[in-house]
Amino acid sequence: MRAATAPVREIALVDTPEILSSPVGRIIEEHHNDRNDLIAMLLDIQDAMGFLPRFAMEHVATSLEIPITEVYGIATFFKYFRLKPPGEHQCTVCTGTACHVRGAARVLREFERHLGIRSGEVTDDREYGLETVNCVGACALGPIVLLDGDYQGQVTASKVPTLLRRLKRSAEKKPVAARSEAAA
Amino acid sequence: MSTESVTLTIDGSRMEVEIGTSLLEAARMAGIEIPTLCHMEGLSSYGACRLCAVEIGPPDKAKVVSSCTYPCEEGLQVRTHTPRIVNARKLLLELMVSSTPSSKTIQDLAAAHGVTQQRFRPENEDCILCGLCVRMCKEQMMAGAIDFAGRGPDRRITTPFEEDSEQCRHCGGCMYVCPVCMLRCAGPAADSTLCGGCLIACQMPVNTAKIA
Repeated sequence: MRAATAPVREIALVDTPEILSSPVGRIIEEHHNDRNDLIAMLLDIQDAMGFLPRFAMEHVATSLEIPITEVYGIATFFKYFRLKPPGEHQCTVCTGTACHVRGAARVLREFERHLGIRSGEVTDDREYGLETVNCVGACALGPIVLLDGDYQGQVTASKVPTLLRRLKRSAEKKPVAARSEAAA
Repeated sequence: MSTESVTLTIDGSRMEVEIGTSLLEAARMAGIEIPTLCHMEGLSSYGACRLCAVEIGPPDKAKVVSSCTYPCEEGLQVRTHTPRIVNARKLLLELMVSSTPSSKTIQDLAAAHGVTQQRFRPENEDCILCGLCVRMCKEQMMAGAIDFAGRGPDRRITTPFEEDSEQCRHCGGCMYVCPVCMLRCAGPAADSTLCGGCLIACQMPVNTAKIA
């Protein structure tokens, strides 16, 4: 067991400005502060904020009167939940069985090399995020890559630079609001 | 016994137990030894280690279930030491020894169950994800400072956000119940392979009942 050297940190209680300005309180109310709705609550919070900030998880745990470990356990169990802010443009490489046998690992390596980040990370300028998923339900088109939610089929390592260039160009054209709408 | 009871047969002997009793509890009441790692009286059953596996149903349609989570049913036939069960336990223990070779509890259990070979690469983990510490913390210490996080190969026991938890009172209950970190095996080559050397090398008694 670790020694008690770290200062004891107060759990964020209801009225910090961070929480008042976020939709967390409203979302919890919409779900009637019901523990059975925990996953739905976390989903709504992620949809509203793009990820699950720590204060939001702490606030949920405090309002539902459950240990924060329970919320953290669920948030780390499901791949869908993000604990860190995503990149402005999210590259999702499918590494499910079908994509894997068709060389998803090579595609992923190529993305990692070009973006200079590992899977699950975001570039320093928060512009690009890279992640893997285990199936996007379009195995016949594998290996699949999702660029800001757009399906790209039969991707090979050599196509990666082109895809990234195209992503950059289309991102410059589209205004931010339209992009987040498309992602939703 | 009251009307709230069921009659079942465990290893050929009929017994009557209260409704809601688990097969494991019933068998232990009857004096039948079933090995467990993730079960502890006073904590809820979790069914993680699977060592308490027993066979239920008629022999030709037998099903293997974990006895700690299976409630007694009227007329149920239970067999606790068939070859199938003994083999399953041996395999489980072989796997556990290879993942945590430095645990004396697990090395002893493996020795007691006649595990004599080691076909898996030793990994020197320090956790078998039995969840005893999690339940201890939540149910007995009322703290809930640790829990499982992640999934699949990333599954681990941790505090929220991997840092010191305010809920933790440093009671040590989690370490007290841990089958891996409480007793260390330092027998011959324990960190790389099967030890089983207690009777010869350590001169320490094997702390589990020897099972035929």
